[in-house]
Amino acid sequence: MSAEWSEAITATFIVVAAFLCAAAGIGLLRLPDVLSRLHAATKPQILGLGLIIVDVAVSNVSIATIAFAIAILFFQGLTAPISAHMVGRAAYRGDHVRRDLLVTDELADAVSRADERSGRGDSGDDSASDESPESR
Amino acid sequence: MQIALIAAGVMFGIGALAAVYRIVTGPSLLDRVIASDVLVVTIMCVLGAEMAVNHHTDSLPVMLVLGMFGIVGSVSVARFMSKQDST
Repeated sequence: MSAEWSEAITATFIVVAAFLCAAAGIGLLRLPDVLSRLHAATKPQILGLGLIIVDVAVSNVSIATIAFAIAILFFQGLTAPISAHMVGRAAYRGDHVRRDLLVTDELADAVSRADERSGRGDSGDDSASDESPESR
Repeated sequence: MQIALIAAGVMFGIGALAAVYRIVTGPSLLDRVIASDVLVVTIMCVLGAEMAVNHHTDSLPVMLVLGMFGIVGSVSVARFMSKQDST
């Protein structure tokens, strides 16, 4: 009974995680620009990997396996949002965003206010904004 | 169980092949970074699925290292990408 339930949970979670990975791949192929591809790509990074890790911990239960599972989930939950944030920020600053697809751009107001506050006239704007990332 | 595993393998393959295609023909550098992240996550999921099916835990350190250091490539590329780079 317990072994059958373990097998069923294993198969179900593997199929759901594989569906999330396939959805991320199809989203990478179909979606039009960097930000929407980023939206598709970050789904299996937390949910799919969490399902697989729970699956491993259910498959063979021991203290060492559960400690590894918690460590993997902790580090993936720590690093995946950071990398997604950095890629999205670089996409916005590097003009990889298709602005005709945006409904509203709330960051543009903050950028224009920061430009007005720091003075528009200097020609070294690119290097200055690279040095102080809080100004964008 | 066998049918579920075959379907899961086909879907993992679709995800990985789509990520490889986007790495090869991505219009910008950031698309390639995102697609390589998806490829790393797919590899981690396949390792974990193989461990769960075969009831062993040999690949758990590999998954931990991939989860900890997969960030380095994407963050460094995104941080130091120059503004005019469109390849």
